Amino acid sequence: MHAKKPRMTNVLWMLFSGMFYISAFTFGGGFVIATFVKKKFSDELGWIDESEMLDLIALAQSAPGAIAVNVAILVGWKVFGVIGMIASVLGTILPPMIILTAVSFIYNLIADNMYVAMVLKGMQAGVAAIILSVSIDLAVKVMKEKSILYDALIVAAFVLSFFFKVNVVFLIIAALLLGVALAFFRRKGVLR
Amino acid sequence: MIYLQLFLSFMQVGLFSIGGGYAAIPLIESQVVNNHAWLTMSEFTDLVTIAEMTPGPIAINSATFVGIRIGGIPGAVIATLGCIVPSLIVVSVLAFIYYKYRSADFMKRILKVIRPVVVSLIAAAGIRILSNVAGFGGSIDWKGLILFSAAFVTMKTTKVNPVLIMVACGVVYLLLGIIIR
Repeated sequence: MHAKKPRMTNVLWMLFSGMFYISAFTFGGGFVIATFVKKKFSDELGWIDESEMLDLIALAQSAPGAIAVNVAILVGWKVFGVIGMIASVLGTILPPMIILTAVSFIYNLIADNMYVAMVLKGMQAGVAAIILSVSIDLAVKVMKEKSILYDALIVAAFVLSFFFKVNVVFLIIAALLLGVALAFFRRKGVLR
Repeated sequence: MIYLQLFLSFMQVGLFSIGGGYAAIPLIESQVVNNHAWLTMSEFTDLVTIAEMTPGPIAINSATFVGIRIGGIPGAVIATLGCIVPSLIVVSVLAFIYYKYRSADFMKRILKVIRPVVVSLIAAAGIRILSNVAGFGGSIDWKGLILFSAAFVTMKTTKVNPVLIMVACGVVYLLLGIIIR
């Protein structure tokens, strides 16, 4: 990355504006954003080579938090260290912050209007359909692994969360610990 | 004090939403609706709807929306910061490990075990949103229930853009409301 050494302000501006543009106009979540980031910074600018970019995206997807933010952290850091990271993260989070600030002011003004409330209610039905449809797709994907453990985890997590109202954070920590334990044992050759 | 609560709540959302996108929904619900009652279930569902229609990660969208309601613009900034601080730390650690060993396999194995749990948590949140829309446990809202079914079948059988489906649901509900009433 030190090969060309373009001017610092230039690089920072391109990190910020590139991420800002992608973040402001990309609908459809982290995976879509990751594709655009790869297009911009690998294919177009050639700042990060393709195979490393794919690894960074995989890394961003395995870390907690929003995938878009994680990608921004890695790309910014890779291109220009900590300052680069700040520039690209700012570029990523400013558009949604600005848009949602505007939306929340409008929401406070119009949500009580009878007709607006009806439209929102109808859209809620759509959102419920989207979320349940996505979760069924995800569940089918997990079940295709044909692992009794994963199937049991699906059932157990659903029962504990939905019927017993066990705290979400608690369930995720439990899964995390189980995952670490299993990965550790598998590495040691105790399992499989 | 309220700022500290916002920061800590959204820090948990940032730290435990593993698996991207929808994984954040049950966590935001748990923090914002159950733990702090910052939003009602209906407002929360509106928020998810809005987040679905606007660009940007749902966690950042929610942090801004809830932050502004509870603590104005500073609240929004602090909640958003809370959201990204865990990412900054964990991603840095993972990047360090990656550049040292050039392998992300260990992490992938752990994720495989977390995923089934996350899927169930998303499904459970989806059902709670549905029961809020359709009025399960109270008087059933048939218009909502029928629209949900239509939207669900459309999602499963066609490749129509989800945002379009949502907007269509909103318009149809409004028309039904005006005609039937």
